[in-house]
Amino acid sequence: MGWKRKLSDGYDKVGLAAGLQDDWTGTGGYAEVGIIKGRKLSYDYQKFDEEGNPESTVRAVDAVDLDVETGDFVAILGHNGSGKSTLAKHINAILLPTEGTLYVDGKDTQDESKLWEIRQTAGMVFQNPDNQIIGTIVDEDVGFGPENLGVPCDEIWKRVEESLKAVGMWEYRAHSPNKLSGGQKQRVAIAGVVAMRPKCIVLDEPTAMLDPNGRKEVICTVRELNRRAHVTVLLITHYMEEVIEADKVLVMDQGKVVMQGTPKEIFSHVEELKSYRLDVPQATLVAYELQKKGVGLPDGILSMKELAEELEKLRS
Amino acid sequence: MSIKIEHLNYVYSEGTAFERHALRDVNLELPDGQFIGVIGHTGSGKSTLIQHLNGLLRGTSGAVYYNGRNIYEEGYPMRELRSKVGLVFQYPEHQLFEVDVFTDVCFGPKNLGLSPEEVERRAYEALRQVGLKEKHYKKSPFELSGGQKRRVAIAGILAMEPEVLVLDEPTAGLDPRGRDDILDQVAKLHAERHITVILVSHSMEDIARYVERIIVMNKGEVRYDGAPREVFQHYQELEQIGLAAPQVTYLMHDLAGQGWPVDTDATTVEEAADSIYAALAKKC
Repeated sequence: MGWKRKLSDGYDKVGLAAGLQDDWTGTGGYAEVGIIKGRKLSYDYQKFDEEGNPESTVRAVDAVDLDVETGDFVAILGHNGSGKSTLAKHINAILLPTEGTLYVDGKDTQDESKLWEIRQTAGMVFQNPDNQIIGTIVDEDVGFGPENLGVPCDEIWKRVEESLKAVGMWEYRAHSPNKLSGGQKQRVAIAGVVAMRPKCIVLDEPTAMLDPNGRKEVICTVRELNRRAHVTVLLITHYMEEVIEADKVLVMDQGKVVMQGTPKEIFSHVEELKSYRLDVPQATLVAYELQKKGVGLPDGILSMKELAEELEKLRS
Repeated sequence: MSIKIEHLNYVYSEGTAFERHALRDVNLELPDGQFIGVIGHTGSGKSTLIQHLNGLLRGTSGAVYYNGRNIYEEGYPMRELRSKVGLVFQYPEHQLFEVDVFTDVCFGPKNLGLSPEEVERRAYEALRQVGLKEKHYKKSPFELSGGQKRRVAIAGILAMEPEVLVLDEPTAGLDPRGRDDILDQVAKLHAERHITVILVSHSMEDIARYVERIIVMNKGEVRYDGAPREVFQHYQELEQIGLAAPQVTYLMHDLAGQGWPVDTDATTVEEAADSIYAALAKKC
């Protein structure tokens, strides 16, 4: 689906997410090149005994081929321990493959001389908002990243402003992060990543610890960044509502990518998803129950609106 | 046997600039053996309310009766109350501290002054009830997965053999599998032990699936109190206070609006599918 469509929209720079500058968009001119390319990527965790001798190895990621196009919104599903977070940590070289290769924006993550460039290309946001904020004031926290990249002072403040505006937290720039809600803290964390102008953002269950309102805030922010600034997004989540609008969905189980496709394709396989102990959107479930009773509904219904329309067709 | 709350008020930091009314004239009766869901958006007073049930917080005014006796009266045995009303906090796995799983679960009953045999019996029973495999009993709690750790923490409360089990968002941060496992175990416990279960949750779908009664909190007050079908009829009002009905409720109202003879009370996937199927059959 959509990435080509999005790129063509992309040259219209008029309405970039609330103030993002023209000189930065996630596509960075590599319009047709895949930003993330993994080939036979495997990763083993070593277990050590009490004396520090290697005891056993666990293969967390197993021969994964991964292709993400620039500007894509990719969702990764899988239950805990399926290897999705391990995979995600390869994208900004926190972990290096035991076997296989991973190229991020054309750079091999195992090439140590490129480490900082890779980290700058791919930013990460983690689950717990309280573990990611280090500043005592919101704008200082957001400025921390670019400051460490050696960005000149005026430029830092410019980036802080545009990043905070992009996530809708500019009014809170002088607040203490302690007093913010979980959703607001996550948006500050995202702004901190955006200030480093990455082409790609990897979010590892950014909404798992938030209430429903916080979840909506964070997901809207991420979607806007993807749509308006064309940042490539990899979103790891358990919430199906967050997956429905992705361009592509990957399902992981036991370190392998076991399903991939558009949300419609993926959610056509209700039984298979259930076998991986994953959730299915409620609308898909109702449609599936009706199909089992012999009602002639199409596969892959994702929203209640779609379901109501299909039912209406049946009735007439 | 029940919990009765009368005109309960709770004010944080009374008399300072930070004064906040967290509970406002709450009146509730929680009879034995019910499976109750408490919903409300963040800051609505749900957590404050449940901390009153075992006397962790003391109401600024009003009364809480446990089995007919006011827990605020002079000389009330608070220790006993805390073993009868078990409270599982959010992220309870952060409170695990012993060297291994089994010892951690023993901590509660040991402090009740029970014999070592009884302590062990209860620990085994509690770990069995949360469905943790025996091979994990001697492991450090930190070697376990998030869902397993949480089950150990719940077992620690169950080993006290409480009459009322209160769970504050027991599934937050878990994957769908961990969530279903924990909620199924809680439902089984409720059926087996006939204890009262009070479940605080943000997931309307989970609430609709498991509980028989919902209490909706808003700004420290009880806004609605009734069966899921009744409460979710007020889906528009629920939205105004930052909540929502289960997703199928919207579908059913949508279809009913277009003239379908469907049951707008349906709150679970199965109920919705049955009702739509019946409506389709009528048409054909």
